[in-house]
Amino acid sequence: MPIVRDDVAHLARLSRLALADDELDHLAAQLDVIIAAVARVQEVTAEGIPPTSHAVPLVNVFREDTPVPCLDRETVLSQAPAVEEHQFRVPRILAED
Amino acid sequence: MTELFRMTAADIAAAVRDGEVSAAEVTDAHLARIEQVEPKVRAFLHVAADQARAAARAVDRRRAAGEELGPLAGVPLALKDVFTTLDMPTTCGSAILGDWLPPYDATITRRLREAGVVILGKTNMDEFAMGSSTENSAFGPSHNPWDLDRVPGGSSGGSSAAVAAYEAPLGIGTDTGGSIRQPGAVCGVVGVKPTYGGNSRYGVVAFASSLDTPGPLARTVLDAALLHEVMSGHDPCDATSIDAPVPPVVAAARQADVSGMTIGVVPEFTGEGTQPGVLARFSEAVELLESLGAKVTEVSCPHFSYALPAYYLIAPSECSSNLARFDAMRYGLRVGDDGTRSAEEVMALTRAQGFGAEVKRRIMLGTYALSSGYYDAYYGKAQQVRTLIIKDFEAAFERVDVLISPTTPTTAFPLGERVDDPMAMYLADLFTIPSDMAGNAALSVPCGLAPEDGLPVGLQVMAPVLADDRMYRVGAAVEAALDARRGYPLLNDARGLA
Repeated sequence: MPIVRDDVAHLARLSRLALADDELDHLAAQLDVIIAAVARVQEVTAEGIPPTSHAVPLVNVFREDTPVPCLDRETVLSQAPAVEEHQFRVPRILAED
Repeated sequence: MTELFRMTAADIAAAVRDGEVSAAEVTDAHLARIEQVEPKVRAFLHVAADQARAAARAVDRRRAAGEELGPLAGVPLALKDVFTTLDMPTTCGSAILGDWLPPYDATITRRLREAGVVILGKTNMDEFAMGSSTENSAFGPSHNPWDLDRVPGGSSGGSSAAVAAYEAPLGIGTDTGGSIRQPGAVCGVVGVKPTYGGNSRYGVVAFASSLDTPGPLARTVLDAALLHEVMSGHDPCDATSIDAPVPPVVAAARQADVSGMTIGVVPEFTGEGTQPGVLARFSEAVELLESLGAKVTEVSCPHFSYALPAYYLIAPSECSSNLARFDAMRYGLRVGDDGTRSAEEVMALTRAQGFGAEVKRRIMLGTYALSSGYYDAYYGKAQQVRTLIIKDFEAAFERVDVLISPTTPTTAFPLGERVDDPMAMYLADLFTIPSDMAGNAALSVPCGLAPEDGLPVGLQVMAPVLADDRMYRVGAAVEAALDARRGYPLLNDARGLA
């Protein structure tokens, strides 16, 4: 099933990317080629083969519960795009009605 | 005495230790070299001359005070701009990080400082380490010192170009699908991807967390090994870091002996589609290894052919998740926050403007592969292929000590050639991806020049997990034999800066 412009627009919304129309067209053609190429994995017989998410099997890695100093607030906020009353200022997150 | 900037890291460290030269003089010589060639090479995004001089003076003071200096004290280094640094910007080659100054040092940055390594600055890279040419950098590409119209490889192409151009004897990169070995190969330098988990990623901006591996670049195998031991080791701040001793890579590089070793050639990676000159140099390397006393045999790894498609499902999936952190709220770029727009709108505008084309492609590809309805057919299947690749390696390493192949299918390609053809760009990592997928160690060592274009060819040596020392033995033996045959270091033939 080819990737069309509407699919790309949907993916862009999910990815929080406000893409321009010409970008959507360009990406549709490219993603179609890439997805056709990566679909080759479906040729592999993998019946009963467990998936690997991570090459080194590690579970439940803990370190000693030792208190250490954390970054101070001013250092962290110094890199913020906008600050108000010693906090990150962000645009509204709820719709007004 | 050789010009200071042409010395190896091992020789610089010895000369500083013995008081033949000061770390300050060494640093000044490299900063002067950077000033001279950087307009052509553009390896660095940020040169930190003041901090470098201060770090060098600190080493000289420690020596004057009679302190024991480490194996790389006073040696300059070019650090990929994906490692956080308290006193230098960290951009990851992206506009979305703006002029971000990280509030902490990466563990590797900290280890370098503690070892007295002099960080000269931060090197160019494909944005968020996605690419094979540095052309995906928001700040423009770096240039290959062998031919300035060609790519230096990527994503760690700034570090490989800096090392090849004698701007620094050492560089650090990160390898997710080949991003240290491929730039190493096409710039004619040594590039190493250590065993996954052997090096801390604390403070390394994440691309694909199950694959990302920091590692060294250098002009000699021994220099790479010295850096490998300084940067590696368990880090409690990285949950994926392996709590095991660092393999004895320096001893192996000094041993430089392959007699009695069994070496496997992967036939899947020596066939059609590879540049004839690359194959010619590879065949000579095979003969060389036999003449040095290794037993060479063919070992088929049938699932390696599926590593590239599986990688381009797994890596983008992880990337789409990792790069969700760039949300315009806590650091970096924020676009369109004019009081009328919601956080979500600001986020989408910022990401559209702040990310480049390749990063957007991969985020969308990953989002697609992880979508309900497609998950089993794409991401799930790719993870099963990953298991089969690991099994291929395990079966191979029951028969041989290491596997070898060319590092890349071609030599350095011209700037601009593959920029708008993503699949062609992806093929540069065809031979390097399996080791990332399986987490085992692999390095690239120069094995001569392709006759048709006079550009360097890399020999890839793949070793089992935590047996990194084996590939250093092989790499050092090949390097020594080829240097002896030629009579001078390969990089003397690099004509881009002549």
